[in-house]
Amino acid sequence: MAALLRVEGVSKSFRGLLALNDVSFDVAERGIAALIGPNGAGKTTLFNVIAGVFQPDSGSVQLSGAEITGRRPDEICHAGIGRTFQIVKPFAQMTVLENVTVAALHSAGAVAAARAAARGFLEMLELDTKAAQHAANLTLPDRKRLEVARALATGPRLLLLDEVMAGLRPSETDRMVATLRGLRDETGLTILLIEHVMRAVMALSEHITVLHHGEKISEGAPERIVRDPAVLECYLGDQDR
Amino acid sequence: MSPLGRYFHPLSPAGLWLGAAFLAVLLLLPVWGGSYVMTVATTVFYLALIGQSWNLMLGFAGLLSIGHALFVGIGAYTAAYLFAAVGLPPIVGVLPAIALAVLMGVLIGYLGFRFAIGGVYFALLTIAFAEFVRIIVDHVSWLGATEGFFLKVSSADRHGIDLVNLRGAPEMYYYLIMALALGALVLCRFLLRSRLGYYWQAIRDDAEAAEALGVNVLRYKMYAVIISSGMAGVAGVFYAFYQNSLFPEIVFNIERSIEATLGSIVGGVGTLFGPIFGTFILTPLGEIVTEAIDLLKHWGVIDPQIKLDGLKLLIWSFIVVLIVLFKPKGLWPWVCSRLRLTRPEAEG
Ligand SMILES: Nc1ncnc2c1ncn2[C@@H]1O[C@H](COP(=O)(O)OP(=O)(O)OP(=O)(O)O)[C@@H](O)[C@H]1O
Ligand SMILES: [Mg+2]
Repeated sequence: MAALLRVEGVSKSFRGLLALNDVSFDVAERGIAALIGPNGAGKTTLFNVIAGVFQPDSGSVQLSGAEITGRRPDEICHAGIGRTFQIVKPFAQMTVLENVTVAALHSAGAVAAARAAARGFLEMLELDTKAAQHAANLTLPDRKRLEVARALATGPRLLLLDEVMAGLRPSETDRMVATLRGLRDETGLTILLIEHVMRAVMALSEHITVLHHGEKISEGAPERIVRDPAVLECYLGDQDR
Repeated sequence: MSPLGRYFHPLSPAGLWLGAAFLAVLLLLPVWGGSYVMTVATTVFYLALIGQSWNLMLGFAGLLSIGHALFVGIGAYTAAYLFAAVGLPPIVGVLPAIALAVLMGVLIGYLGFRFAIGGVYFALLTIAFAEFVRIIVDHVSWLGATEGFFLKVSSADRHGIDLVNLRGAPEMYYYLIMALALGALVLCRFLLRSRLGYYWQAIRDDAEAAEALGVNVLRYKMYAVIISSGMAGVAGVFYAFYQNSLFPEIVFNIERSIEATLGSIVGGVGTLFGPIFGTFILTPLGEIVTEAIDLLKHWGVIDPQIKLDGLKLLIWSFIVVLIVLFKPKGLWPWVCSRLRLTRPEAEG
């Protein structure tokens, strides 16, 4: 399958700290891929480079072959990438429905149509009963769901999910996994997710990329990754410290 | 639901009746109130117009301006000068007045948003530009400099209605500013429910998240500044032709800019009706204080020689402190829920 997203030789440092070191990988069209690695590996930084929040020091990012490196976050959203924030960023003084409506306005022509579309995404993420609540009053798992609903409402081709299962109960994780897989199967969405919940990673992803200290140390099918000595080493080594 | 029904839908029956009664009392004000009451009410609507303009920036889009007097002043001087110099009637002069006020807003906004990192730089720029323009006008002889700029009025001008030249009886000014303030309310309500309103509130609550959802943050911030400064410019044109005299120290004084913020803070920043509600509390209160002091001086309780000019502002500030401490969201949302003026599911 063709690559929808191509990350090529991306490096990024913060005041001398090399957060990403020459990272390259592809995400296949209509695929579900995972990005894993210990805390501080550079996963979120990589998302921020893809989404246009950070300029990479070197390297490039392409979506369907088109260069998107260095474009603004809103332009990258228009290009077809929706993203969630690991540290959730709800519009606190707006209602849950209004939060998602902001995102739906991106593709809808009128406010009424955007609100209607937003209701659909709330239902999908099991937030419909909380539509009229202010986002400030949501629990953390619900804020994570809101992040997903908003990112989806922009109508992306590629969805970047940063630890959206954190804090969900196992049964809730399974429902989220089912929802995401259903979306991919029905709409042809491509998903790249950062996740520590291995239950979700193993259930969803067809391809895993492993980062450690800003470097790609392994990639491949889930069955291979869990048996890769380098991967086990980096997780165990991390726990020793 | 009929379009009109939909328009008033957020109001409960109690809210509808109270609103209608309030409007009727105000429409009939020239009948029941004397000229003094009408002067105060005209000031209330004038400040409510500026307050709504300021609230659009901070309450809707999260942009703090502490220099709103600048936009008002530019509108005032532009229309007044064009009227005095080339006889351009204010009904036409309002357009260049808006244009110049907006131009100034765009300049400040661009410098503030494009080159500075934090929102506080924008607030500082608004103060700096207001001072800068005040000093310039202080030295421009064809604008009267510190001596002031005056518009000619004859006693014949004080009768009838001439909306083209903004000349007429006090009733005309009262109804005009009332229409402008209520028009601004309708405009703000429309904007808040449009794409602009959604994007502004998103930017206010979290600009980075808004940007990730495809919102061009710089552009939508500029729209807020453009609409707000334009509204303030219109208020300035009214001021010029109501007062007929403009002094840089008065028009561009930072006190005017602070005054523009108080009504909204008291009524509720970010609410639609808060700026009007807050002004209706503060301005009459300021008048009562002034009157009370005059009375006390008259009775000899206070030495008539003592100057108490700052007292009104002091009392206003005291009220603002109380509001910030006890009702930080403003009085209007609280009154709404207390008196059940809005339906539970609707916002203030
Ligand atoms: N804006 C920033 N400024 C400075 N340093 C940063 C910044 N963002 C990330 N870093 C640093 O870059 C490194 C990688 O951080 P990043 O957030 O990408 O890790 P992560 O893999 O997402 O970790 P986690 O699993 O804990 O979320 C860390 O050492 C972090 O401190
Ligand atoms: Mg992270």
